[in-house]
Amino acid sequence: MSQVLDAPPAPHRPAAAAPDPAELAALHGLTVSGARPTLPGYVRQLWQRRHFITAFATAKLTAQYSQAKLGQVWQVMTPLLNAAVYYFIFGLLMNTRHDVPDYVPFLVTGVFIFTFTQSSVMAGTRAIAGNLGLVRALHFPRAALPISFSLQQLQQLLFSMGALVVILLCFGVPPTLSWFLVVPVLVLQFMFNTGLALVMARLGSKTPDIAQLMPFVLRTWMYVSGVMWSIDAVLKDQHLPHVLQVLLECNPAAIYIDLMRFALIDSFHWDQLPHLAWAWAIGWALLAGVGGFIYFWKAEETYGRG
Amino acid sequence: MAETTATTTATDHPAPTPTHTPAPTVIVDEVDIVYRVHGAGSPSGRGSATAALTRILKRGKAREESGVRKVHAVKKVSFTARKGEAIGLIGTNGSGKSTLLKAIAGLLPVENGRIFTDGQPSLLGVNAALMNDLTGERNVRLGGLAMGMSPQQVQERYQEIVDFSGINEKGDFITLPMRTYSSGMAARLRFSIGSAKDHDVLLIDEALATGDRSFQKRSEARIRELRKRAGTVFLVSHNNKSIRDTCERVLWLEHGELRMDGPTADVLKEYERFTGGKK
Repeated sequence: MSQVLDAPPAPHRPAAAAPDPAELAALHGLTVSGARPTLPGYVRQLWQRRHFITAFATAKLTAQYSQAKLGQVWQVMTPLLNAAVYYFIFGLLMNTRHDVPDYVPFLVTGVFIFTFTQSSVMAGTRAIAGNLGLVRALHFPRAALPISFSLQQLQQLLFSMGALVVILLCFGVPPTLSWFLVVPVLVLQFMFNTGLALVMARLGSKTPDIAQLMPFVLRTWMYVSGVMWSIDAVLKDQHLPHVLQVLLECNPAAIYIDLMRFALIDSFHWDQLPHLAWAWAIGWALLAGVGGFIYFWKAEETYGRG
Repeated sequence: MAETTATTTATDHPAPTPTHTPAPTVIVDEVDIVYRVHGAGSPSGRGSATAALTRILKRGKAREESGVRKVHAVKKVSFTARKGEAIGLIGTNGSGKSTLLKAIAGLLPVENGRIFTDGQPSLLGVNAALMNDLTGERNVRLGGLAMGMSPQQVQERYQEIVDFSGINEKGDFITLPMRTYSSGMAARLRFSIGSAKDHDVLLIDEALATGDRSFQKRSEARIRELRKRAGTVFLVSHNNKSIRDTCERVLWLEHGELRMDGPTADVLKEYERFTGGKK
């Protein structure tokens, strides 16, 4: 190529004596490309994209099993198989079930509710890093991606909850009015999950390696959240430092799981809930939801770059 | 390119725009774009575990130098695009055309200089939002929503998008998953979806290279139509014929520098002489 480079033709410019570009831009109301919107403006943009957010979530959910022979049956099968594995290990082999009445409903509720948070966090971590093509090609408020992924997990959970109702009835748990408490618990947990997904999305977009680390963090979190055993029953005789006890009690995953058990299982009583459980649930939801959203928005213009 | 910088006189009254020139839609002012590539420190130890470890351990300045390589993709480019223009971007591979388009769309940061735009320029690149496992029909809707159309707008345009793509000419393909489409069919559907929205500034990257000849003709007609709706169209292409057919102004980038900016015929003549026998 170098043989022709020596004689570059002079740039050909029709408009001579053009005004300063910035002035020209101001005169015609042009704005700098790719700047971060204000927080209210950002919320407005997101609201305008709400149909995309829901359509994207549903599309992901449907596409997930479209190659499988059984198709959408897997939506219910996967969580059930998951619960079956935990029942085999913790219920039968380790005999945890003697500590807890209604062990199967207790376990399955825990598994489903924790999976909701767990998969929202995982999906959030990859929401930006795994969709760079989309981020680099189209303009939309980037928060749409982590929110959409959390919504997909919520839809997935609703399938699981359908299965859970069947399990509850099969194991003789009577339907009560308290079942309606499922709705506020899910709303709060969804807020919490989305906030966490937003935080993880920003971290994961800067350091994709986090996606490798998260499964270990999440597994640890699961074991301390009392998914397959009752924290109270296991720790009854142990003398743990006070700090650790408080930490175990206000762990958001444990709070949402216990509230859900309280709502669904009639042998799970009010006094088994941690102190101020509802206050914690609301607090965590607000803290993660609002904080996560602002944290994500702060880096809005940097996603998918560099 | 020096003459663009020395024009900061006469600031007391705003320069009256001559009535015969249309309003500008994109102003690119001395823009530099630099890519930073991580993990390409030394040519030999590229991506090895030890190299990664050193990168983590070294902080700050040292880290900048050891782990990151800079690629200066666009150098001091300035131009003004106006309403109703169709501008071709040409240049050999790796000359910075696509990078410049992404920066105009606000999807890449500029190192120096500024880019002013009227509204939000959009890349014709709805591809990434589409999912191969879904039917063409659902993809049309998803793609439309991804571009920011409302469900009503998608509904109104739906038939037009399907007809334009010609997907249903050989049977009812729109209700089949997109993974069953041939690459040409998929490309046609993507172009139809992407061009369905009214854009103020539309950036097209090599879109016309796909599809058969009759679809290329239709695409060119569509681009002319988009331009008539008062927009500005940028077209990156290696096909000089499609540039000649659709654009009246051409920017020629070489090694990231704007080598020439002018009427299509003049620039293409120089460019064809430059590329010489390679054509």
